[in-house]
Amino acid sequence: MEFALATLVGLFVATAVYLLLSRSMIRMLLGVAILGNAVNLLIFTVGRLTREVPPIVPPGESAPLEAVANPLPQALILTAIVIGFSMFAYLLVLAFRSYEELNADNTDTMRLAEPEDSPRPPLSY
Amino acid sequence: MLPASDLSMFLVPLAPFLVAIVAPWAVRFVGGHSGWLLGLVPAAMFIQLLALVPTIADGNTFSVAQVWVASATPAPINFSLYFDGLSLTFGLLISGIGTFIVIYSGGYLAGHRHQGRFMAFMLMFMGSMMGLVLADSIITLFVFWELTAVTSFLLIGFDHRRQAARRGAIQALVITGGGGLAMLAGLIILAYTAGTWDISQMLSQPGKVQAAAVYPIIFLLVLAGAFTKSAQVPFHFWLPNAMEAPTPVSAYLHSATMVKAGVYLLARMHPVLGGTTLWSLVLPVFGGATLLTGAIMALRHTDMKQMLAYTTMGTLGMLVMLLGVGSKLAITAAMVFLIAHSFYKGALFMVAGTIDHATGTREITQLSGLRGKMPITFAAAALAAFSMAGLPFALGYFAKEEIYLLLDPAYSGAGAGPWMNTAIVMVAFLGNALMLAAGAAIAIKPFFGPLAKTPLAPHEGALALVGGSLILGVLGFGVGFYIAEFGDIFLSPAVTAVAGVSAAVKLETFKLVWLPALLSLATWILGAVFFIYLDRIRTFLRRVAKVWSWGPDQGFDQAMGGLIRFSALFTRVFHHGKLDLYITLIFSAFAAAILLPMAALNLWPAMPHWPQLSFYEWGIMAIAVVGLAAVILGSSRLVAIVSLGIQGFAVAIIFMLFGAPDLAFTQFMVETLSVVILALVMTRLHLDQHDNRMFERVVRDGAVALACGFAVTAFLFVVLQTELDSRLSEFFALNSSPLAHGKNIVNVILVDFRALDTLGEIAVVMTAGIAILALIRMRAGGRKTGVGAIKKTAQSTRKPGPVKRGTRLKSAERTG
Repeated sequence: MEFALATLVGLFVATAVYLLLSRSMIRMLLGVAILGNAVNLLIFTVGRLTREVPPIVPPGESAPLEAVANPLPQALILTAIVIGFSMFAYLLVLAFRSYEELNADNTDTMRLAEPEDSPRPPLSY
Repeated sequence: MLPASDLSMFLVPLAPFLVAIVAPWAVRFVGGHSGWLLGLVPAAMFIQLLALVPTIADGNTFSVAQVWVASATPAPINFSLYFDGLSLTFGLLISGIGTFIVIYSGGYLAGHRHQGRFMAFMLMFMGSMMGLVLADSIITLFVFWELTAVTSFLLIGFDHRRQAARRGAIQALVITGGGGLAMLAGLIILAYTAGTWDISQMLSQPGKVQAAAVYPIIFLLVLAGAFTKSAQVPFHFWLPNAMEAPTPVSAYLHSATMVKAGVYLLARMHPVLGGTTLWSLVLPVFGGATLLTGAIMALRHTDMKQMLAYTTMGTLGMLVMLLGVGSKLAITAAMVFLIAHSFYKGALFMVAGTIDHATGTREITQLSGLRGKMPITFAAAALAAFSMAGLPFALGYFAKEEIYLLLDPAYSGAGAGPWMNTAIVMVAFLGNALMLAAGAAIAIKPFFGPLAKTPLAPHEGALALVGGSLILGVLGFGVGFYIAEFGDIFLSPAVTAVAGVSAAVKLETFKLVWLPALLSLATWILGAVFFIYLDRIRTFLRRVAKVWSWGPDQGFDQAMGGLIRFSALFTRVFHHGKLDLYITLIFSAFAAAILLPMAALNLWPAMPHWPQLSFYEWGIMAIAVVGLAAVILGSSRLVAIVSLGIQGFAVAIIFMLFGAPDLAFTQFMVETLSVVILALVMTRLHLDQHDNRMFERVVRDGAVALACGFAVTAFLFVVLQTELDSRLSEFFALNSSPLAHGKNIVNVILVDFRALDTLGEIAVVMTAGIAILALIRMRAGGRKTGVGAIKKTAQSTRKPGPVKRGTRLKSAERTG
């Protein structure tokens, strides 16, 4: 069943990349969100899958009795989800503010940092 | 006395660096007199080195070392100094002349607002040069070598407001720094060939490196460093341009010290790299070419400093030529000539600076009759010129005699054949005569004849300005009377060090060998002829220069211009400002980095079996795929945003199904928040509803996207077909309850085992929050508005767009 999820991860990545390649900022934002999910799923899949047994120690025991889901990827993903969300929120506000200031959504028209008519370097000493 | 463990010797090269730190304050407090104060530093270095003279004169050598990189191969790298006749001679020259130069700088730049900076640079250079000649390990040598390049860059470009000074500084740095890098490569190969980083140990195994197969490579690379530093043809052009530096710099760096570093390196490496056919062919050819080029070019110019620079270049050529011969006599001649030249050229440069200072010009055509106005300067110039011309009893005389002795088989001994010796003496003869004419033009012409009108009223320089040149002039002349003692104490150890075999130098004040004596006479006569016809020669040379205008100097400008143009072109091609193309490149590279090695090494994963999944698992995956497709194909922005929620919730359910309820809950919350905020913010912007890419772009972007997806899946397949190392997971499962007293293993990992990770995560969230707040509050035009005022500001700052605006804003307000 890992292989099915691996294929799904590939589809997530493809979708995210396709959206990121758009020149419209809002679609790039969607791409970032999906890429985050893709990476989370990837970590989850690499840690192998176990059906319906969360990594919890039963009451009165010192260790899980049966095979449980791998706890390590879950801990990593939990961190990743939260960081991914803060980054997403930041990018969202950044996009919103840059739209307000530059009145543009198309990245080709946002040339503030790299102006089209940047001067040639001087040829003297 | 062998003070092998005396680490105070390290102070000799390092003290100037320490004093350089406080030099600006010294200048601030004592002003122009700071030269006398700071001159104590090189004077102390001189005295410390002078104390070693008896030890070295007895034929001893020693080194002091501190381990620097103990783990280096093939042997530990030390920070080490080596004292023998050669390094001591150079060290004494550097510190001795350095004392005069520092004093001279105090007077020359008195009142200059950056004199403190200048003094600091000068001292740092002095320390670098001292370290260079005293270095034992070749890494120490290289570090100081490059430090001289850096400090000389600062000194040449000291007057940085003038373009010519900047150009001279950059040129010197590029040429000598580039040569230094080549030299580093050569030195590293040398160390691996010799099996040691220490020069002293290389000297103890002569013939080993010359016999190695890589010898020609080592030789050429080391030669690149020496030739660029010592301004040999075709790398000579930086030296005349470096005359843009203040005169004390020219007097010190470009006559006595830095330009001799290349000669020093060749002399130092002679026992290790010399004695081969390659050595005795390449060095005389390039040295001879440099000698004649420099001597001829000197006559073309009328600026005293330019003339001196070209004669210096000629001298360096002569020294390289003599080292190329490599016989004991040639080395003796080179050493005497080197010392004599340091004395008289340093003096002449200081004289040129004093005249410039006093009259406001350095053009010899505008100067005459200064004899009466500047008697002490005249005396210093005359003494230096005597030595330069090689008149009897001056140090220069002995240098010339030794060179001409090469013709006499009774003296020349082993080394190059008679034809080679004859050719070398002829080149030296011609070069000497030409340089004699140039020297006479500098030292005689400005002082005789009627007094010419100059920009400033000529007056004698202060003690700081004339003292050094006079003492150097007297020294260059006076040593001749004690030449036998001089030979025993200084020359014999130096020649021994260069030749690699014990050599006793016997020089006599009154020694007449007919052949050299006649050649000397001929040199004076020919030099006098050149001097008399100097104006005609100069006119002729300038006419030639007009016809033949291209040289390496122009080539340097073309190369630098080409480099700038190339970098501009490169930037335009790769830094074009189109974000989608950057991202295309990045993701293409990502896919290629995974797929190409797989294809090249045939690491494709085996095809797995059809997965056994229950229907609801298939179902939830199908929903995720539908969500993804809807994000891409969604007819409007709102549909795309809502579809983002579909795939996110599907991921959450997948987490739920495979034993990760914590993840699922977090994912539910985050996805809900994302969708709500996205809808809130983005629906109020009047953006294009559709993803309107052209068909070609859909194909291109789609291909890149599919390649990335395929690459990730293939990579995951490979990973999944290997064994999982679950030691860490088992550790967490077994210890979470006994050690951390928590039943939920995931939570225990987050807040206990990997709590620092979580702390970092919280920091990230907080930083993002602060950044978001700043973004929202920061507005162009100074308007400060809070979060609640976004709507109002957004409306007022927005320019009217092409889309129907009213309806959009109304709907946004309703949603908000």
